[in-house]
Amino acid sequence: MTEFVAPDIAWAQLTPILLVLGAAVAGVLVEAFVPRRARRPVQLTLTLGALAAAVVAVAALWGDVADTGGTDVLGGSVLVDGPTLVLQGTVAVLALLAVLVIADRTDTGEDAFAPQGAAVPGSGYEEAARAAGLQQTEVYPLVLFATGGMLIFPATGDLLTLFVALEVLSLPLYLLTGLARRRRLLSQEASMKYFLLGSFASALLLFGIALLYGFAGSLRYAEIAEAVRTVTGMDGLLLAGALLVLTGLLFKVGAVPFHSWTPDAYQGAPTPITGFMAACTKVAAFGALLRVLYVMLPDLRWDLEPALWTVAIATMVVGTVVALVQTDIKRVLAYSSIAHAGFVLTGVVALTESGIVATLFYLLAYGVATVGAFGVVTLVRERGAVRAAARQPVPAGAVRAVAGVPGPAGPGDAVDAAGAAGDPAATDDEDPGEPEGPVLGEATHLSQWAGLGRTNPVLAGTFALFLLSFAGIPLTAGFTGKFAVFTAAVDGDAWPLAVVGVLASAAAAFFYVRIIVLMFFTSPHGGPQTPATGAVDDPPGGAGVAAEVAADEVAADGVADTSPADRPGTVVVGSQGFALVAIGVCAVLTVALGVVPGPVLDAIADVARLLP
Amino acid sequence: MPDAATTLLSPDVPWLTLLLVWPLVGAAALWALPAGRSGPAADGTATGARRWSRHVALGVALVELLLGVAALLAFDTGAAGTHQLVETHGWIPQLGVSYALGVDGVGLSLVLLSVLLVPVVILAAWREQGSGAAPTDRLRHYLALVLVLTTFMVGVFAARDVFLFYVLFEAMLIPVYFMIGAFGGPQRRYAAVKFLLFSLAGGLVMLAGVIVLYLQGPGGPQGFLTENLVGLDLPAGTERWLFLAFFVAFAVKAPMFPVHTWLPDAAEQAPAGTSTLLVGVLDKVGTFGMLTLCLPLFPEASRWAAPVVVALAVVSILYGALLALGQQDLFRLVAYTSVSHFGFIVLGIFAMQSTSVAGSSFYMVNHGLSTGALFLLVGFLAARRGSVRIADFGGLQKVTPVLAGTFLVVGLSALSLPGLSTFVSELLVLVGSFGAYRAAAVVATLGVVLAAVYVLWTYQRVFTGPVRDDLAATRDLGGRERWVVGPLIALMLVLGVVPGPALRLVDEPAAETVRQVGGEVPPGEVLVLDGDDEGSDQ
Repeated sequence: MTEFVAPDIAWAQLTPILLVLGAAVAGVLVEAFVPRRARRPVQLTLTLGALAAAVVAVAALWGDVADTGGTDVLGGSVLVDGPTLVLQGTVAVLALLAVLVIADRTDTGEDAFAPQGAAVPGSGYEEAARAAGLQQTEVYPLVLFATGGMLIFPATGDLLTLFVALEVLSLPLYLLTGLARRRRLLSQEASMKYFLLGSFASALLLFGIALLYGFAGSLRYAEIAEAVRTVTGMDGLLLAGALLVLTGLLFKVGAVPFHSWTPDAYQGAPTPITGFMAACTKVAAFGALLRVLYVMLPDLRWDLEPALWTVAIATMVVGTVVALVQTDIKRVLAYSSIAHAGFVLTGVVALTESGIVATLFYLLAYGVATVGAFGVVTLVRERGAVRAAARQPVPAGAVRAVAGVPGPAGPGDAVDAAGAAGDPAATDDEDPGEPEGPVLGEATHLSQWAGLGRTNPVLAGTFALFLLSFAGIPLTAGFTGKFAVFTAAVDGDAWPLAVVGVLASAAAAFFYVRIIVLMFFTSPHGGPQTPATGAVDDPPGGAGVAAEVAADEVAADGVADTSPADRPGTVVVGSQGFALVAIGVCAVLTVALGVVPGPVLDAIADVARLLP
Repeated sequence: MPDAATTLLSPDVPWLTLLLVWPLVGAAALWALPAGRSGPAADGTATGARRWSRHVALGVALVELLLGVAALLAFDTGAAGTHQLVETHGWIPQLGVSYALGVDGVGLSLVLLSVLLVPVVILAAWREQGSGAAPTDRLRHYLALVLVLTTFMVGVFAARDVFLFYVLFEAMLIPVYFMIGAFGGPQRRYAAVKFLLFSLAGGLVMLAGVIVLYLQGPGGPQGFLTENLVGLDLPAGTERWLFLAFFVAFAVKAPMFPVHTWLPDAAEQAPAGTSTLLVGVLDKVGTFGMLTLCLPLFPEASRWAAPVVVALAVVSILYGALLALGQQDLFRLVAYTSVSHFGFIVLGIFAMQSTSVAGSSFYMVNHGLSTGALFLLVGFLAARRGSVRIADFGGLQKVTPVLAGTFLVVGLSALSLPGLSTFVSELLVLVGSFGAYRAAAVVATLGVVLAAVYVLWTYQRVFTGPVRDDLAATRDLGGRERWVVGPLIALMLVLGVVPGPALRLVDEPAAETVRQVGGEVPPGEVLVLDGDDEGSDQ
């Protein structure tokens, strides 16, 4: 037995990770020791501070890494090189924006999370927690833990660290998924599904790691890469191991055929969390995938290419085609995120240096638009039936019918509806003369977004901007990103991927455009019509006809599966402003990265070399 | 003060950038106009400073027209074959993209057409979108979109960088999409989505071509500059695929048979002003792209594809004309006549003779004037009758002689009557193509005959015969409406009688294009035509 030698740790290189994880631990202590009333401001300050500090720390490390090309830390377990810093910076910035959305509350002081996650939906405990005005503040340390895992994930230099980072980022996300305030059952189901499938993927990853260890006798990427070049006669072990590890990672990015958790988890999770995980998890997981493919398995590219090409093409096609028939805005965005995973994969699979730059840029562009888009979704709410009716003790089933909730939601909604109606604060700002019902959960059915462009032109315009960026229309960040990955793919002789990508983009444009059509060209309908939501913009006398025509067209489009009149009206809630700030920043970044992407591309290209 | 004027009109002034930025400033100003203190009116009528939105928009458009004229004066017409008023700055050097502007004679004439049509369209929209004495808020948004579109139109004709061209080519869709989808007729959503999907699909195919072209080119921070991509020695297979990728996008835009089906729907549903810009200017981007990108960048493939393209062009000419004959709706009729006319333009371009290419270049401008005017006149008819079905009209020439007269003149320009500008260009196209594709040119001439039928028959059904009772009180063209159509007719006459100066703008670029594509250019004077062509038979 040799003597244990403590590794020499370059702490400075780990600052971003340490800051975030340290703040997460502190956040747990805050939960234990700080009085309930002060928790939210303390947690919020701590979280935002830690993430901002992480961004600063990444920036501080930048110059050094640009000069030296990076260092390996913790004996090679963590590699701090250019791509690591770019990805860590991206994750930190996106997490910062996502936390702003997470922290936001409506002007009636209601956030997106269940007061007590452990309470059985519809039970007395839940009602008691709501009545006591409990606020969910554990969300912040959970988000920080997940972010910490995401910061480590793309930086890992050996397979065991990879696995640990994966679990650190996944476990909090499973929990957060189950914490939605509305539609509790849907949320818990999503959490359960995500957890089960996630554990399954983790197990596959772990199995693959074991096989690769058996093959190479090491867990270090560099040593495995060396073994791939030298060891012969164990190809079965190597290929099976590599494919299993890739499966684990492709699960996390939501690539087809490992995508089936995505729509359910995205739909059930609290929307701010959906934005957070759609953006940040994808960035981190693609970072890890890049490193595994470029550093650990570059000599296996000819063997892996058929598999990766198949996955990339299937991801683009399935994501796009299935998104075409979705009727729930969160599911549309979920399938669109699957399609985007396919687009990023075309850049990753290119296996060229320009592929690294393109992938990193695409992830940034996609992440910014995603956080912004889900931020907008949090603000668009349903309005219940007329208040007097909602005040009556309504059987749960009736309220469910009114809310038009698809799937297994129910008692939670009933409680919410009754609760919000009884809450005097909920109606403070409303004109008492208006026959308006209480504000309920998010209006996620597409038909409820009709006419948003007329009632809230700025918000709808911003959302349209994010959709255009997703669609890859020029002068938005999404276009630059798509252009870069397709160029990289063609450059890496993967031109069939680029062709499929272009065709999928054309098809995908259809469903993004359909939402824009719905917001801007269709009159609002359903629920209590207020003067503000009336068709002010229509030519006099034409309003009624236009609404009818619009309703017919919606039905013809397949957007509405039931008569739109059954659905409650839509209202944009006031917010405390955090989400608006985040949405604004995302919009500005989306335009800026589209119009002047030069500096960012330059900065990324400067450091885009992976440490062996 | 000739000295001051010379310095003011120096080619060193960034005229093209000014032309690009000014309409955006105007649009921003329109959107920033404050509402009145009482807030927006319930019936959608604009209040406060927004009451002046029409005047602001018209002022902006007229200044833009002046800027265009200034650019023309700064342009050296003696060297129309070279790109002038050049500006080149790095934009995204990492991707090889430059902000590179510059126009040759063809580009300049299309820029001028754009900036001329914009104030006309704004004036024509004066009372649209529910506006009466005071404009509605809807109209303000519409006018702002028109101004945004102006920027993209000018930019796409002035781009000297393939990436920049592509970006503007696609970005143009967004304002048009809203101009159709938010302000059009009852089926506007369908028309807008169809328009967008056709264009987007074509555009994305072109994107694939743009990427591959860049990777085949020299690369580097100016890898997308058109002049760096001309004369690449591409492998024949690659060149043909690239040609197809670009050509499909342009054929959708142009629109050519068989990808023209979006145009009649869009033209039927869009407001008349939108159709004017759409057909008068935007669709020219398709033929302009064929002329300035397809031919010079892929000469070998262009010669390879020319017979098929010429055949498609002839089919477009006849098919468009025949369908125009069968239309009940005036907007659709004009749209189909355009399909026919675009067939002539494409025929001239792909005949690859300097005469025919010059004819096509000139045709693009003339078609913009003539079809633009036709759409606007149909728009006036629609405003009077509330319908554009031909069967709803009859005998109008006794009630509205001015309207009937202008319609007749504009219609005659659509059938290329000698003395009107379209005649010169159509003759050049046919004469030029006759040398290269005799059969095609002969068959295309049938299109001229059909044009006479659909124009005169339409005029007969709408304007002649007994006055219908319900039309007896129809207003004739008012002062504003005369100002809308007047300049266009005047230009058609001037360019028809004295086409020389305009032809000087296009004949050198045409010769240059033919040289690039490897064709023969007759030595000496390229064109023998000048103002005196009235005696030719047709």
